[in-house]
Amino acid sequence: MSDVIRLEYRDITMRFAQGTGKMLTAISGVSFAVRDGEVVSLIGPSGCGKSTLLNIGSGLSAPSEGQAFVDGERVEGPNAHVAFMLQKDLLLPWRTIAENVMFGVEIQRLPLAERKRRAQTLLESLGLAEFSGHYPHQLSGGMRQRVALARTLAVDPSVLLLDEPFSAVDAQTRMVLQRELAQTLKRAGKTALLITHDLLEAVTLSDRVLVMSKRPGHIIDEIKIELPGRDNPIARRREPKVAEYVARLMDRLDIGGTPLEAGATA
Amino acid sequence: MSNASRNALVRRGTAASVAVLVVFLAAWQWGPGLLGIPSFIVPPLSMVAEEAVRMMHVNNVLLHTGVTAGEVIVGFVIGSLLGAGIGYALGMSPTAEFALSPYILALQIAPKVAFAPLFILWMGFTVYPKILVAILIVFFPVMVNVLTALRTVDPDLINLARAFKASRAQIFWKIEFPASMPPLFAGLRIGSTLAVVGVVVGELVGGNMGLGYLLSFGEGQANTPMVFVTILLLTLVGGIAYLLVILLEMRVLHYLPKRALGGL
Ligand SMILES: Nc1ncnc2c1ncn2[C@@H]1O[C@H](COP(=O)(O)OP(=O)(O)O)[C@@H](O)[C@H]1O
Ligand SMILES: [Mg+2]
Repeated sequence: MSDVIRLEYRDITMRFAQGTGKMLTAISGVSFAVRDGEVVSLIGPSGCGKSTLLNIGSGLSAPSEGQAFVDGERVEGPNAHVAFMLQKDLLLPWRTIAENVMFGVEIQRLPLAERKRRAQTLLESLGLAEFSGHYPHQLSGGMRQRVALARTLAVDPSVLLLDEPFSAVDAQTRMVLQRELAQTLKRAGKTALLITHDLLEAVTLSDRVLVMSKRPGHIIDEIKIELPGRDNPIARRREPKVAEYVARLMDRLDIGGTPLEAGATA
Repeated sequence: MSNASRNALVRRGTAASVAVLVVFLAAWQWGPGLLGIPSFIVPPLSMVAEEAVRMMHVNNVLLHTGVTAGEVIVGFVIGSLLGAGIGYALGMSPTAEFALSPYILALQIAPKVAFAPLFILWMGFTVYPKILVAILIVFFPVMVNVLTALRTVDPDLINLARAFKASRAQIFWKIEFPASMPPLFAGLRIGSTLAVVGVVVGELVGGNMGLGYLLSFGEGQANTPMVFVTILLLTLVGGIAYLLVILLEMRVLHYLPKRALGGL
């Protein structure tokens, strides 16, 4: 991890026109930065503007006020420095797994040989090589999400924006996927912003957790996770300090009652 | 569904289908006699079969069938191409769609077969008015299905492509066009059966060729078996058109999970 800043939000405010003609302020005055190689989680009540921040970072929508920067360049539209992954796998049913992984690099018109090489490498490292000729409907939800991760990595982005990527898979698969993501991010030295509503996921996968308030969303807390082994979330779960972090996050999110056991997730 | 239970379903289903056919044919052959229905109302199966053989020799039935089938195919192909083409064009241009939608709706509500006499006035007793009715009647379901397909593509898929900096053309060819294939084929299936309706109405209204003409000829002669034979042939023509669409669909949509045979 270096001190180079890969992703930065500077005083972002986002307003949406509502059907009634009134304006809805989704986020107001959000500023934070993510350094090279850092993994930062963003948590907050639903509707507080987390996905909106992701759309701004990927250049899909422009903020009402403020600026976003990726690799020091102002985000003015979609750009090759960022890639995102959502809760939905968004695999194209008419493409094979390998062709789905190549989707982004194909749009970016990389040479065919290079596309194939990248897909092959990624599918191998994610344990999907034998499925490269299959179609999405032949794979389980967890495997499909892994393919989506491969597609995101294939374009070799410097920043990954992940919007609740594992919230639709079962608990066991989720742990496996979390470990794979953590290892992949570490190995490739990638920078990531991870939106999640799973507090334990936030604590075990990140270097830092940002907490957002309810709408209009702004950052109300920032917690540095001082635990070893960011590339091994399963081992991290056993750290005694995890419970403290989760308890603090629950406090900040106003999740009722006294902070309880470490296993509690949102 | 597991393979074994699927096979069992296919076996039982096929047996039941054959049984229904046998019962139906038997009822057709002996039912009218038993119920005292005269043969000029419902001719028994054997009489219809004899008439079919007679028509082969006397009425040049193969030629009429060929003419009808040709009109169906030409009308269906042109109607589908126009429907799909205009569907994609309107789907790409929301303004055009908004501007044209009241007229499209009006044309869609108008009963297309009612245009048959008009087209015959314009083009005489040729094959063209029949083809034109078929084109008109096939056009709408195909266009509407394509348009709906384009409107319902998951916006997150489009955003995914946009985030990779896809051009408008890339979004169309890599996402919207392939995503529209299943609804397009649903429209083509409907179109293939409607094409037969359009052609037959055209032939009934005017001309001396095609199965529609044979229908009205048989009616004029009070030859009920002839009408029955012609209806069967029309069903055959429609069935073959439908089957051709299904065969093409199975090639194009090969990536979809295997559908139940009942989905045919
Ligand atoms: N394109 C949009 N148009 C109008 N309102 C929107 C739009 N996108 C998001 N919003 C609103 O902004 C708020 C924040 O949405 P979102 O960023 O999706 O929240 P989160 O991801 O934190 O659950 C919500 O109230 C949502 O309804
Ligand atoms: Mg969201």
